[in-house]
Amino acid sequence: MTLNFNDETFRGDYTFRNSPAAIRRFPFPFDQDSYMYSVNLEPHAGGREGSPFQNRFDVDEHYVAEMKDREITLTEDPLRCQSLPHMELAGWDFLELVMVSKSEDYPELFTLNRDGDRWHWINRPLGIEQRFTFLDPTTLPCGPMEYITRQTQGDHALLDQRDGNLWMDAGMVTSQADWSLDFDIGMNFYEWHAPVPKANEMGVFQRALKFLLNLQQGAPVRRLNWTMTVNPRLDTSPENYHKWGPEKRTITPENVGEKQHLRVELQTLWRLPRSNAIAFPIRCYLMSLEDIVSQPKWGRRLHRVLRDLPDELAEYKGFAVNRPVIVDYLSKFDDGAETSPGIFPD
Amino acid sequence: MPRTEFSPSIATRPVYAALKAHGSAPALMLADAEGAEALIELAAADPAVMDRAHLIYIPAGAAHGPRLRELGAKMYHEAPSFSAALERYRKALLDAKMGTQLYLAGTEGLIGQAAAEALAAGLPADAIQSEHRGSIARRMQCVHCKGVTEDVTTDPFVCSHCGLTLFVRDHFSRRLGAFQGVCVDAETPGIVPEMKEIKA
Repeated sequence: MTLNFNDETFRGDYTFRNSPAAIRRFPFPFDQDSYMYSVNLEPHAGGREGSPFQNRFDVDEHYVAEMKDREITLTEDPLRCQSLPHMELAGWDFLELVMVSKSEDYPELFTLNRDGDRWHWINRPLGIEQRFTFLDPTTLPCGPMEYITRQTQGDHALLDQRDGNLWMDAGMVTSQADWSLDFDIGMNFYEWHAPVPKANEMGVFQRALKFLLNLQQGAPVRRLNWTMTVNPRLDTSPENYHKWGPEKRTITPENVGEKQHLRVELQTLWRLPRSNAIAFPIRCYLMSLEDIVSQPKWGRRLHRVLRDLPDELAEYKGFAVNRPVIVDYLSKFDDGAETSPGIFPD
Repeated sequence: MPRTEFSPSIATRPVYAALKAHGSAPALMLADAEGAEALIELAAADPAVMDRAHLIYIPAGAAHGPRLRELGAKMYHEAPSFSAALERYRKALLDAKMGTQLYLAGTEGLIGQAAAEALAAGLPADAIQSEHRGSIARRMQCVHCKGVTEDVTTDPFVCSHCGLTLFVRDHFSRRLGAFQGVCVDAETPGIVPEMKEIKA
């Protein structure tokens, strides 16, 4: 597999683009023509070849540009990466998981040599070579979680397990769908989900938590979540809402296909071996409506999902104000034909 | 002033039960303004609760001090503000033995800050009781500049640090002891809804 990394931006001039291959492998989140919350967890044990489900940590054409965008965000606001003192071991667990997975799944991009606790890591796309002692934080330029998540696409939370609950006690969060790590750090599973409408009454969180408390090592799980974002912006944080908020009101019938993006999160959950914490990567994929409708099945389906979505969900996901323009645009790509089962394009 | 009943909201919005005495277990008590009445009722229900109590009271203009002093707490101290009481309160948390009960009573700002200090000092959450009395003003953290504005009584309100106009969320951080305030006119700068009094 050869990967060409895009030179692109996720802010300012927004030069982010998906190649034709990236469009075909986009993790479209709807397996039917309607949407409601569910505990939609499945084993993260590979998937269709070339899809973002195939490898443990998907690396795609946006890798290098996303890591540059993360660096900009962290330079402006170091509070996007925080770890409570008891979470360092979980950070090492996660560093090991990522380095081992990436070096095995992408040997041409990443190499990990281990001689006891003396490790040698090579990250070719980012031009990094590091020798360090595993579990010795003085041998890395920053904490283990920060070190590895500066080299891994997606946001990442590390969840401590105690008192029959999960606690968000560490994280690297620079591409979030409008939630604040700095505010939510230290919260338990019910607390950080508190602002989500409807799902609590449906019992979604009780069932999901019960499942996750029993998550086993070597048996990671995944789910897809989604929202809508104007412009291909990774940093849609509440911290900077007053800066990106005005862009939300720039949608017109003429530009909606190009500016409005479907934002999909591939969330995976991993039991970590030493700390018994859970690693929770939240990988973000963006695609413009005009790229979505290039796959006729997706155009039809997205139209039906967004048209019929309950108002509360459109409000919570933050696109209620643009929904009429979006649905009107998509309606032109829905001829009423039946759609095939599953998420993949025809 | 009776105990405040807040309307049902999301899971992080704190709710406050009535204080219940744990007999003569070691106790740390912190109250402001009308919160004094909750401690007076607590002591009336079980006078033994004062036997080993360290009581700190911030009157904030209320006249309950003399009655509180008469409850017979082992240590009684009046402070002009929470920040003036803070070092004394921190030392009391540091010195607290296993089994110490923390009783908080009064405004949400006091309860939020005092509970956050106690959790950071390692007190278990189930050793902390709180009862809301008096003003329903909120302690708000601006998600943008991170500054905390005390005694917020309107929604929206102006952040006392960065000057943005913020709406009042029910999302609450126990670690910060504050609710979250978010720019209300982020998408339409200058178009601000009418300010309304916060309701319980």
